Amino acid sequence: MDKVQDNRAWFLIIPVFLIVAFSAVVPLMTVVNYSVQEIFGPGQTFFVGTEWFEAVLKDERLHDALVRQIIYSLAVLAIEIPLGILIALGMPGGRSAKTSLTLVLLALPLLIPFNVVGTIWQIFGRGDIGLLGATFRAIGIDYNYTNNSAHAWVTVLVMDVWHWTSLVALLCYAGLQSIPPAFYQAAKIDGASKWAVFRYIQLPKMRGVLIIAVLLRFMDSFMIYTEPFVLTGGGPGNSTTFLSQYLTQMAVGQFDIGKAAAFSIVYFLIVLLFSFIFYTIITRTGEGEKK
Amino acid sequence: MDMDWMAWTAPTAIFFLCIALMLAGMTVWEVVSPTVEAKGFLPMRTTRGDRLFIGLLGSAFIHLGWLAATDASLWGASAVSLVWIALVIRFG
Repeated sequence: MDKVQDNRAWFLIIPVFLIVAFSAVVPLMTVVNYSVQEIFGPGQTFFVGTEWFEAVLKDERLHDALVRQIIYSLAVLAIEIPLGILIALGMPGGRSAKTSLTLVLLALPLLIPFNVVGTIWQIFGRGDIGLLGATFRAIGIDYNYTNNSAHAWVTVLVMDVWHWTSLVALLCYAGLQSIPPAFYQAAKIDGASKWAVFRYIQLPKMRGVLIIAVLLRFMDSFMIYTEPFVLTGGGPGNSTTFLSQYLTQMAVGQFDIGKAAAFSIVYFLIVLLFSFIFYTIITRTGEGEKK
Repeated sequence: MDMDWMAWTAPTAIFFLCIALMLAGMTVWEVVSPTVEAKGFLPMRTTRGDRLFIGLLGSAFIHLGWLAATDASLWGASAVSLVWIALVIRFG
């Protein structure tokens, strides 16, 4: 029987299209309009061409924040993805009380609002009243994230790992649970090692969820704002000032709307480029596996 | 409807009109002649839409690079971008 071609199903995406247009496309177009103007107030705008883009691209502080941001996001991925996979591999399978408890425990950090996470770690890391800070001091390490850049960096990074590794683990766990038992039985008959089972069964089957995990974690970490803002305020100096914080300072602190809009577009393009590269690499790896 | 809050300017309006026309054109092209995934100089198989996306994203970075590197007229970057988009769409 011939397959019936019916394009009326396209009408079903109209609601999504309208929501995306209203919440993303129109605001983005407005930002593009702002980026070529000097904004003094409502109705007081003056066309300046590409002036703001030139200012942003030659801004040394922005370059520093961008380098910091890339290092931070790559560090987040390098830690959270393998750790999430390891946790998922170690989690109990099947339907049991142990499984439910593990899932609830893992989901807990994800339920905590971003600013609360920052506050928790701010107190946790304090040398006088925080468990982490006091412990370090007790064993002779002069830990102080408020005046030591390295300590601030490690604290912000560990805080992110604590907050978000669960997401990667839960996604990987869902991927692992979808593998039919027949795959493991076949591997057992063939005498496959644990590594071979991971490399040729579990990892390829987790590819879909790993794509989502890598993209989500990259985009989120690249746009991180609240947690470092609450924890370190971008300091000491500018050592933990990431792109979002610098952008907020520009837009809200200095009310430099035109320059901030140009910065936002550059920022958006960088996120788009990196996401496209990651997506292409991961999907291409998958094509290789299939061949 | 009052669109003043979007702070429209003639150059940005023309820019978005071009993007809209490009998308409409691609849609018509797709209906008339559906795309086939192909492998060119890009490291992966791409559809016509993929190649347009890569072309446009590359053009954005060509313009940004031009602004960062030189004080010459931005039309130069636009000319390079047109060549880049044509190359990607035809041979990408």
